[in-house]
Amino acid sequence: MGLSDFEYDRILELMGRPPNFLELSLFSVMWSEHCGYKNSRPLLGRFPNKGTRVVQGPGENAGVVEVGDGWALAFKMESHNHPSAVEPYEGAATGVGGIIRDILAMGARPVALLDSLRFGPLEEERNRYLFREVVRGIGGYGNAVGVPTVGGEVEFARAYSGNPLVNAMCIGLIRIEDLVRSSATGDGNLVVLLGSKTGRDGIHGATFASDELTDESESKRSNVQVGDPFCEKMLIECCLKLLDEDLLVSLQDLGAAGITSSASEMAAKGGVGIEIETDRVPLRESGMEPTEVMISESQERMLAVVEPEKIEDVLYLAERYELVGAVVGRVAGHGDLRVIHHGEVVGTVPAEFLADAPVYERDVVRPNYLDELQELTVDELPGPEDYNAVLLRMLGHPNLRSRRAIFTQYDHQVGTDTVVLPGADAAVMRIKGTKLGFAATTDGRGRHCYLDPRGGGAATVAEAYRNLSCVGAEPVAVTDCLNFGSPEKPDGYYQLAECIKGMSEACEVLGTPVVSGNVSLYNETDSGAIYPTPTVGMVGVMKDVNIHATPAFKREGDRVVVIGKTPPLLGESMTSEGDLLAGSEYLEIIHGKTAGLPVRSDLAAEKKVADLVRELVESGLVDTAHDVSSGGVVVCLAEMVIEGGIGLGYDGEVEIEEMRADVALFGEESGAFVVAVPEECWNDLQDALVGFAYRVVGTTGGDRFKIGDLIDVKSSDLKKAYERDLFETHAPEGGHIG
Amino acid sequence: MKIRVLVRPKAGILDPQGEAVKNALPALGFEGVHTVHVGRLVEMEVESADEVDAMCRRLLSNPTIEEYEWEVIG
Amino acid sequence: MRIGVTVFPGSNCDRDALYGVERAGAEAVELWHADADLKGVDAVIVPGGFSYGDYLRPGAIARFANIMDPLEEFAKDGGPILGVCNGFQVLTEAHLLPGALLRNTNMRFICDRVHVRVETVDTLWTAGCDPGEELTLPVAHNEGNYFADPETLSRLEEEGRVVLRYLENPNGSANDIAGVCNENRNVVGIMPHPERVSDPALGSDEGLRILRSVLVGAGV
Repeated sequence: MGLSDFEYDRILELMGRPPNFLELSLFSVMWSEHCGYKNSRPLLGRFPNKGTRVVQGPGENAGVVEVGDGWALAFKMESHNHPSAVEPYEGAATGVGGIIRDILAMGARPVALLDSLRFGPLEEERNRYLFREVVRGIGGYGNAVGVPTVGGEVEFARAYSGNPLVNAMCIGLIRIEDLVRSSATGDGNLVVLLGSKTGRDGIHGATFASDELTDESESKRSNVQVGDPFCEKMLIECCLKLLDEDLLVSLQDLGAAGITSSASEMAAKGGVGIEIETDRVPLRESGMEPTEVMISESQERMLAVVEPEKIEDVLYLAERYELVGAVVGRVAGHGDLRVIHHGEVVGTVPAEFLADAPVYERDVVRPNYLDELQELTVDELPGPEDYNAVLLRMLGHPNLRSRRAIFTQYDHQVGTDTVVLPGADAAVMRIKGTKLGFAATTDGRGRHCYLDPRGGGAATVAEAYRNLSCVGAEPVAVTDCLNFGSPEKPDGYYQLAECIKGMSEACEVLGTPVVSGNVSLYNETDSGAIYPTPTVGMVGVMKDVNIHATPAFKREGDRVVVIGKTPPLLGESMTSEGDLLAGSEYLEIIHGKTAGLPVRSDLAAEKKVADLVRELVESGLVDTAHDVSSGGVVVCLAEMVIEGGIGLGYDGEVEIEEMRADVALFGEESGAFVVAVPEECWNDLQDALVGFAYRVVGTTGGDRFKIGDLIDVKSSDLKKAYERDLFETHAPEGGHIG
Repeated sequence: MKIRVLVRPKAGILDPQGEAVKNALPALGFEGVHTVHVGRLVEMEVESADEVDAMCRRLLSNPTIEEYEWEVIG
Repeated sequence: MRIGVTVFPGSNCDRDALYGVERAGAEAVELWHADADLKGVDAVIVPGGFSYGDYLRPGAIARFANIMDPLEEFAKDGGPILGVCNGFQVLTEAHLLPGALLRNTNMRFICDRVHVRVETVDTLWTAGCDPGEELTLPVAHNEGNYFADPETLSRLEEEGRVVLRYLENPNGSANDIAGVCNENRNVVGIMPHPERVSDPALGSDEGLRILRSVLVGAGV
């Protein structure tokens, strides 16, 4: 059942008697890592979770932050890695469905989805299949349910072969006074199950999600739930209507561990008990045992607490929306989760016991692999002869290539609130009827975290902060998915602990508390663990959504300026060659090496630069901005050329002092931005930049991309390499350019 | 009684699903596949077969693009 | 002018269509699928989405909803009806418009902006456009690949009943057709979503060219 001897003894001690099979099943699902956070809870305490805009921190179905004018955003990100590895379409689809219900449980209307994805290299057929089906699943569910998928990110690396990551984030919009909590109250109030019928779907999905993936997992297909976005759409409209008419006391979604988890959490939070009559749960299959009913993970269901005098109205509305609506239990004073079948009590466990999974704290030991990994000798790397070819190869690599083939499969405009479409640094959404808006991004840096868990964790948060700043949004809070290998192995636990430490430090300095999140451990296959991959979903607020920036060059004759860390190709870099190449895409793509110790970010300095860029956008001075990230400044500039369809020329002398040209062009350093302004704004921009490091890198215009005498490519050739369809059959990569 | 209804794209109608399957099979090493059409199978339990034809015409198939056949299977 | 928007289970562009109607300057009226009542509206939009989950075939189940009886009467009487995306699919299933919409040839859902040309201004929903006018409109569909038998296609062309035509065909539609009308020219079905570009804050309000046409025709 997935419980250890130690845990079984603990249950005996708590209960004071041997539990029966049903009771043990309840413990089993609730004490899984997925529900109980056994290995991560002490570490998660490090995250800062308070801030002036925080309305609801961790502990509810989603975090909530205030936007202004009484509006708030409820948001959360959740993983669905294991189900997606086994049945990618349904795994991804139900991942989307599940996170939507978390937001709905807060009483908010879901208005935006983002997804953070990881797969093994596309040269392998199995990875192509997983990638294609996950994207189809996300679209299949999100498009039908009518919530726009407005952003996200994807990367490919060997470490994810066979263990893809599917992290879905949802954002909901709500008036602060309309927020719903999940705590059950009121002895005698009724517990109502809404949505679809209950079947044997995903029995023991929660314990499955807390196991390593092996060949056996393929045969566990019956564990994977099937999604019904049509039902979910009706569930959204029905629940919002019920709340609008003030018919509910509290609301909770059913996710992992089904009724068990929802009922015991609602009871524990309210300090009350809940009795569930399993024979009153509408079933899809005959002959289901009470235990199966209690832990079924059938999708598209919500649990509500309703005062008896309002029950008729609630059931009437459920029928109007063509949903199952059934009274399945009641709130009771005794504090137990009590399971009743045909009038007979078949199990009783105090709700607080279920919520009190044991916690494991382990020693944090630095793994030996790091020393070897962090060593990088640049002299051993052959220098390329043709920088144009290198640039085209980089832009065409799946890690850097346009995500257009993905996001055109997602309805990103339904709802008529998407102001900045996918493809920019962050999605920008408006709040209808106001000038307000918000921006959202998801980011992950698995390779970086593998090379340096603490630095990578911090850099992940910093990258999200920069992405929001670029579009002109004030970053306010974070949700995260912590995707790691087994915490029972020293390397895995070290990575988890150190990444959290780095993320916490960054959240502290950047002023972006963590308000919700989820943990996915045991992401391992027979060939090892994934890269430690904490993914961050960050939201920012905008006072005037009509004033924002995008990466695309917009006019000929704009001055293009790099702000922040000046790129080494313009001289005076303080960073060594090895540091610039550590963990870079160039090293990975062109030289096939994952190595080095990337420079740790100076978070305070980065924040200053990012805030400056945001202010430049907010003031209306800058409408073109892009974050320098994977691939370095040259790739960043090339993207701006491609998106805008306008070339860029830098005819000044490229000063490379005692540095290899490839390092200078493609080295990566955290914390820089590129902005472009028309000539007439140049003086104003210079005034604003006093005290900051910056360099002019050229002027927009023409149809070529030129960097001194090192790079000179037609914009259309860049575009061709960059916009190759990610789903076309992949020829295996040729040898490395030497 | 049990009825099995088979709905398929009319002859000559563009069948993107069929095309996709046809193109995927050689990639998996299955050679010599000339045509593939993807249709829909509907199984129902009904009291009488009298109205099955009407059900097929009005709802289960779209006569503009699809044809159907049905049989009693038990 | 009052314009109704039908709401089927699974419609998900109903709220957007109501918003678009307001942006066009008309009063928006929600029409629930289970009520056989058009509430006296002057025109009806059947919005996009996944009515009944698109199960069986898009639009196949919605066409039998209670609201469809008065809607069919309304169509016969010359009332202006616009089907957008799933709404277009519903209207073809209900035989208010000829043809059918098949899976996109690339077998993918397509959400993108497309260029279309207004092929006729002699319909109630394009009366406010200029002949041959080119518009950039969003599409978002899995089944947008217009199909009709050769005789129907040539009739549509001869009678000038192709309303919108793609300049670059995204989905394999016969004759690049993005929208058609019925014989009486009061019922129009289009795959692109005009309501999604009904506000400059979203980057464009070109969709109002279509949504406002019905007001022009009515002399509002």
